Amino acid sequence: MNWQRVSAIIERELRKFMRTPMLLFMTLLMPLLQLFVLGNAFGGRATHLTLAVVDEDGGPAARRVREALYALETNGDMLRPIVYESEQLAADDVRHGVVQGALVIPAQFSRRVYAGERPHVGLLLDNTDNVLSATLRSYTAGAVQRASREHPTASRVSPTVSLDAVELYPYVPYMRYMLPGVISLGLFMSAMIGGAILYLDDKQRGVHEGYLVTPITKAELVIAQIASGTIKATVGGVLLALIGALSAGATSILEPARLVALLVLVVLVSIAFMAMTSCIVARMNNPIMPRAIFGMLNTLLYFPSGAVYPTQGLPGWLRVIARIDPFTYSVHALRVLLLKGAAVSVLLPDLLFLAGFAGVMVTGSVLLFRRTL
Amino acid sequence: MTAPSQGRPAPRPGVADPAIVVEHVVKEYGQLTAVNDVSFSVAAGETLGLLGPNGAGKSTLIRMMTTLVPITSGRVLVGGHDVAREPDAARLKIGVIPQAMTTDTDLSIEENLDIYAKLYGVQKEERHRSIAELLELVHLADRRKSLVGTLSGGMRRRAELARGLVHSPDILFLDEPTTGLDPVSRADVWEMITRLRQARGLTVLITTHYMDEADRLCDRIAIVDKGKLVALDTPRALKDAVPGATAIELSVDRTPDDWEEELLALDGVESAHALGGNTWRLVVDDAGGSATALVSHAQKRGVALQSLSVTSTTLDDVFAHYTGHALR
Repeated sequence: MNWQRVSAIIERELRKFMRTPMLLFMTLLMPLLQLFVLGNAFGGRATHLTLAVVDEDGGPAARRVREALYALETNGDMLRPIVYESEQLAADDVRHGVVQGALVIPAQFSRRVYAGERPHVGLLLDNTDNVLSATLRSYTAGAVQRASREHPTASRVSPTVSLDAVELYPYVPYMRYMLPGVISLGLFMSAMIGGAILYLDDKQRGVHEGYLVTPITKAELVIAQIASGTIKATVGGVLLALIGALSAGATSILEPARLVALLVLVVLVSIAFMAMTSCIVARMNNPIMPRAIFGMLNTLLYFPSGAVYPTQGLPGWLRVIARIDPFTYSVHALRVLLLKGAAVSVLLPDLLFLAGFAGVMVTGSVLLFRRTL
Repeated sequence: MTAPSQGRPAPRPGVADPAIVVEHVVKEYGQLTAVNDVSFSVAAGETLGLLGPNGAGKSTLIRMMTTLVPITSGRVLVGGHDVAREPDAARLKIGVIPQAMTTDTDLSIEENLDIYAKLYGVQKEERHRSIAELLELVHLADRRKSLVGTLSGGMRRRAELARGLVHSPDILFLDEPTTGLDPVSRADVWEMITRLRQARGLTVLITTHYMDEADRLCDRIAIVDKGKLVALDTPRALKDAVPGATAIELSVDRTPDDWEEELLALDGVESAHALGGNTWRLVVDDAGGSATALVSHAQKRGVALQSLSVTSTTLDDVFAHYTGHALR
């Protein structure tokens, strides 16, 4: 390994990188947008849900159900009960989207409650929207259960509801949940843009032809490319992690030990992604290809990694992908580091996997790379 | 005609340690034979032009000689090193200026050169000395800190010439060095190539599809067509080999059937080639006699002559003579 040659390639890449700061900015922009837009769009509690209430009973227990529902309205305007005269009208309005659901309290409801029988209430839901119907189901179920107790608690407002209502930043938890995925995605994008796409653009322009007439070896060229991509991704990744962590209120990252661990992790993840993409594009010539496979890889690796949804909910075949996916380990390690406040040593298995993965991919890239045109 | 060898004795092929030896070289891509059994050698200090249309196999040949493309069969020696067996030794002997301009536009001229010198393993002091000297030679010393993106096409080409020489090679390969340049920049680049060749005692191999470029720069010209070497000699000898002394270019309002045969049947016409449209080029022994015969024949056939000019034979005629078709 001739380090003068390796450092010459790195020097070229970094000089170019420093003269186009826009590239770094754009690489950071998309993950940050995702953090702020998705972090705020998802995971917020659905409010202002309208619920048709048809009271065919009119008894005291039925009144308590209605009161419990009104209490939800006063508590953060989560639910707006609207009284309907007939079940038919209510059902039509659910179908037409005027209300999100309809609660039907049948005749004899109060009598059954007092008789200690298990009374039933009907809930019509528009289940084309899973998230809304599940939210509505849980609100209503809570209200019905509380109201059907013969001696309701002193407070009409249940402790859970009042706890939810005092949260100062109701959206932060999901933003925090997304943060490790977003940082990983930023590193992946850096590897794609600053690595694979630049590599094939250079190849297309004939820059590689220029390298190949010099005595540089395959390993030197591949390692230099991966190293320069890693440096670029690390700069972006650390910036992204700091901006993201501070915006999501995860300030523990500023502890020196965590900062060092973050740097090590970001470097390893960057090498893993750079080497993986360089393996994929080693034999490609068309610069359109990495742009085309970017979306595919993103779907295949980002979504099963636990970045947006817990891996525990995945079917078997997706778990297999998740197990060999560097995203999974990156997301897990970042979550430990940024959100859980656990000891840094907990990261070790993730770091080991990432190092092993990077080693395999670097070797693969060197083997796949062709020294001729 | 420009004297290409500029007073030096024309080097002869195959004498005393040629700089480049190409022996029975074949390159196949699947069923396609891009280069078909080509052999030649280039003497030290000589400038050889590979002349041929696009797709003739020139670039493939130069890429095999510069270790970029594996050779299917045959052998290439550059600077005494077999490119297949000792590629790194061969690489240190050669400088390559590829067809595409590959200097980085967002780096300065000096940075571009410095990075390449490092790739060739040139040590720091030698780099500084060599880069300063080269930039003087290509008249870019005062622009050395300029970003390549701010240079004109001709200046950028000169920067690339300098970049190809940062490791002081003996042999320089230039793949279509003036394609895409305006006439002034072309003349500029030609001058630089001549200057560098003299200053460094270089052996130069240049591919081109411009006749004037080959005529101006090369000691000898190899005509390549469809993967084969069809002729190799000095520009003078190649022109002398074409029968006929002058050429007539004519354009007509329409081309009757059998027009080519009719032209060939005229007195003193050695060859006739269509140049596209209704324009034809004839190589003739006696321009006056043939022109008279041509005018009366055209009148007889009811073909109107729109223009007629008499010129001396050029390398275009040489090319047509050897390959049976016009170069452009």
